[in-house]
Amino acid sequence: MNRAPSHSYPGINLGEDHASAHKATEVVTFGFWVFLMSDLVYFGLMFAIYITMIDAQAGGPGPHELFDLKSIFAQTLILLTSSLTVGLAMLALKYNLPRARIVLWFGMTLVLGLSFLVLEIRDFMNMSAQGGIPQRSGFLSAFYGLVPLHGLHVATGCLWLIILGIQLRVFGLTDLLMSRMVRLALFWHFLDLIWIGIVTIVYFGGLTYG
Amino acid sequence: MTSAETGFFGRLNWDAFPIAGLIQNPGANEIIANAAAAIVIVGVVAVVGILTWFRLWGPLWRDWLTSADHKKIGIMYIVFAIVMLARGVLEGVVMRAQQAAGPGDGFLKPEHFAELFSTHGTIMVFFVAVPFVFGVANYLIPLMIGARDVAFPVMNQIGLGLTVSAGLMLMVSLVVGEFSTGGWTAYPPYTGAAFNPGVGPDYWIWAIVVSGVGTTLTGINFAVTIYKLRAPGMKFMRLPMYCWTIICSSILIIFAMPPLGVAALLLAADRYLDFHFFTNDLGGNMMNYANLFWLFGHPEVYLLVLPAYGIYSEVFATFSAKRLYGYNSLVIATMSIAVMSFTVWLHHFFTMGQSALINAVFGIATMLIAIPTGVKVYDWMATLYRGRIRFSVPMLYSLSFLMLFVIGGLSGVILANPTVDYQVHNTLFLVAHFHNALLPGVLFGLLAAYNYWFPKAFGFRLNEFWGRVSVFCWTIGFLLTFMPLYFVGLMGMPRRSFSWEDPSFHPYMITAVIGALVITCGLFSVLIQLWVSIRDRDQTRAPVGDPWDGRTLEWSIPSPPPTYNFAIIPQVTDRDNFAAAKERGQAYPTPDAYEDIEMPRNTGIGFVLCVLSGIWMFALVWWIWWLAALMTILIILAIIVWSFDTSTEIIIPAEEIRKDHEAWLALVHSTAAVDRDYESAPENRGLARPDMEAIT
Repeated sequence: MNRAPSHSYPGINLGEDHASAHKATEVVTFGFWVFLMSDLVYFGLMFAIYITMIDAQAGGPGPHELFDLKSIFAQTLILLTSSLTVGLAMLALKYNLPRARIVLWFGMTLVLGLSFLVLEIRDFMNMSAQGGIPQRSGFLSAFYGLVPLHGLHVATGCLWLIILGIQLRVFGLTDLLMSRMVRLALFWHFLDLIWIGIVTIVYFGGLTYG
Repeated sequence: MTSAETGFFGRLNWDAFPIAGLIQNPGANEIIANAAAAIVIVGVVAVVGILTWFRLWGPLWRDWLTSADHKKIGIMYIVFAIVMLARGVLEGVVMRAQQAAGPGDGFLKPEHFAELFSTHGTIMVFFVAVPFVFGVANYLIPLMIGARDVAFPVMNQIGLGLTVSAGLMLMVSLVVGEFSTGGWTAYPPYTGAAFNPGVGPDYWIWAIVVSGVGTTLTGINFAVTIYKLRAPGMKFMRLPMYCWTIICSSILIIFAMPPLGVAALLLAADRYLDFHFFTNDLGGNMMNYANLFWLFGHPEVYLLVLPAYGIYSEVFATFSAKRLYGYNSLVIATMSIAVMSFTVWLHHFFTMGQSALINAVFGIATMLIAIPTGVKVYDWMATLYRGRIRFSVPMLYSLSFLMLFVIGGLSGVILANPTVDYQVHNTLFLVAHFHNALLPGVLFGLLAAYNYWFPKAFGFRLNEFWGRVSVFCWTIGFLLTFMPLYFVGLMGMPRRSFSWEDPSFHPYMITAVIGALVITCGLFSVLIQLWVSIRDRDQTRAPVGDPWDGRTLEWSIPSPPPTYNFAIIPQVTDRDNFAAAKERGQAYPTPDAYEDIEMPRNTGIGFVLCVLSGIWMFALVWWIWWLAALMTILIILAIIVWSFDTSTEIIIPAEEIRKDHEAWLALVHSTAAVDRDYESAPENRGLARPDMEAIT
């Protein structure tokens, strides 16, 4: 309450009316953090379900037959790189770099996000071809309840990036848009964090204990 | 029929309407089902007719449905909750009547009885208690913390829209198809596709998912509002107690709604896509469902009862003309309850196969919650002690709560012991316990709030006589209905049974149905009170805004408050800031200057999402896939289009604010202050002669 508002969100260059713009951004960004906390609980529960169902393979294919670590490695690299590009976009925003630079980094993020989704869907198709469909066992249900949920979040992030691109054209780099970019960046890093959990628990954990 | 073989209307056909059952197989059961459907249809037609006759569509749309004003959204939540309350109470009466009909099968079919207890529980928890709590909180939070609106006014509107559309699904289920027979907890595998292929569980699932999203959005909104929008000087330890309870409730919502969403969505995956989360075969595990559901379910009861505790705290302080006793301990107790409520969920299924050690741990954790709750009870009693107590309607509700709730709390401590729980588990003893916690605990609080803050919202007081009648009916009705259930529960009568044989239950069942009728009188006296109060409003107007000698900021502004709440954002210097200002004689300062105020502009997005999500749910329930897909796309498009709308604020010019505020200040100075002895007399125009100097 008593903090100087100009330090509330140092990460972005807001326009003329600094005090009120910062105040608004602070409230919205805090709200978004709270939303992410709630979303995190969704993932936490799905991780817990996956762990309890890792043995529930019911004679169907298990992690050793289905998981392709090479593809997972590629997906991990792609997603981590996309987090870097989002970070670079945020720096471009903060240091008032030319708008083309911001568009470039966000555009790369979009391309990386879409390539991640392509690889992930290819994985799912390969798994299905080997009988690894969610209807086969509790274990596969838990897998398909968790990993595509993350994929759905990435897809949402990609849609959000496209909309932001259009809005950047329509409105220019307004305070509102900058604030939305900050939230998108938070969302994207959050997805990365979840992916680290998925690699560790779903894939490595599955191969170790499954 | 499998999901692949459905036609243009999915699995919807003529047999889905209850009238078909009446024609094929007339009987008491069908008559009741058709009467319920008829009430819904007649209700809709009547509302549409009245709106058209009085040409109210325009004002309804402009002033209410598109409004982003937290006060109007709060009122709409409460209206919705009271409509649903009427249905929930009537269902309770029908159930009591069925069991009172004597040993044997009664007049309802077993499935119909099962539908009744499933809808009764679902409605009372998700569509009465939650919206009523949210309505009161929506109305009060910004007023109490000195803000002009909530942090996200449009999200607030969307939350209301989703809650209402989900609640309407339960109304639709009366007319088209049937509701779940699986209880409000909807345990699989019973609610899975193998045992329950019909539409009932699907109505439950989608109503829960959609209202859950709405609830989560609202919880986030309240938390951010209280953290970020407090008036200058309103430190955390100066917050009104009610706001503290809402913070805790919001935290519970943020962390406890996801388990419910996960449970319902995974059940949907099992039912729609043939997944195996909770099925009997291929590795499904229904214990995951029980854990998920109660990970939500236990915090849920506290997210309902904590705001009621907050209301009681405000009512006890005001009507005792004293500062709330033990504010710090109440804050700590509230926070402790919020945290501990996450550590006890397993006590809902002690009998479902855990080891004795795990049961003991959760049993002890459950008993520990009684400690902070006990602290609160003593704080409230100490607030009353030597206060100048006025037995007004909110105070009567609160006193009734204080006595009855202790019984409910103690029966909870009894149930917390796993060995006892094994004996009374799944009996009416449990039903008596949670009704004892929810009726005197939550509902009395909400009705107290309704009576206490009504003059703030509408500018006139509610009728005292009919208020007292309603307190009397609710209290006596509660005792008559639920005390007998404790006894038959101990005698071994299982819950949720449509028929019973032991003749020794009969007197208790008869008493309970009489109690249910008295509760119905309580409900009707609330409605009569509203009618009489509106009729006699000229005798009870209190436009100055402080009819009860209130203590918190909401009483320092006109009744009803202007759209922008505060002409000048107050500087907070004390806990109970308005009471302190009155003591200092600075309650109604004249501001030096006025500023333009930005307020959220009206928007239709909440209403649009309400309609689209309603159709979406209906399409999913009836397997009308093309419509469900279309609605999904439209919902996404609606949100995208809305994000392009950047002119979300309107400016209220300073001159207009100055004019209104000065007119009100003139009214303040020309009104005679009244002593507390004339609180319910027509002289009480809302200016209090403070009565607190002597006792603090």
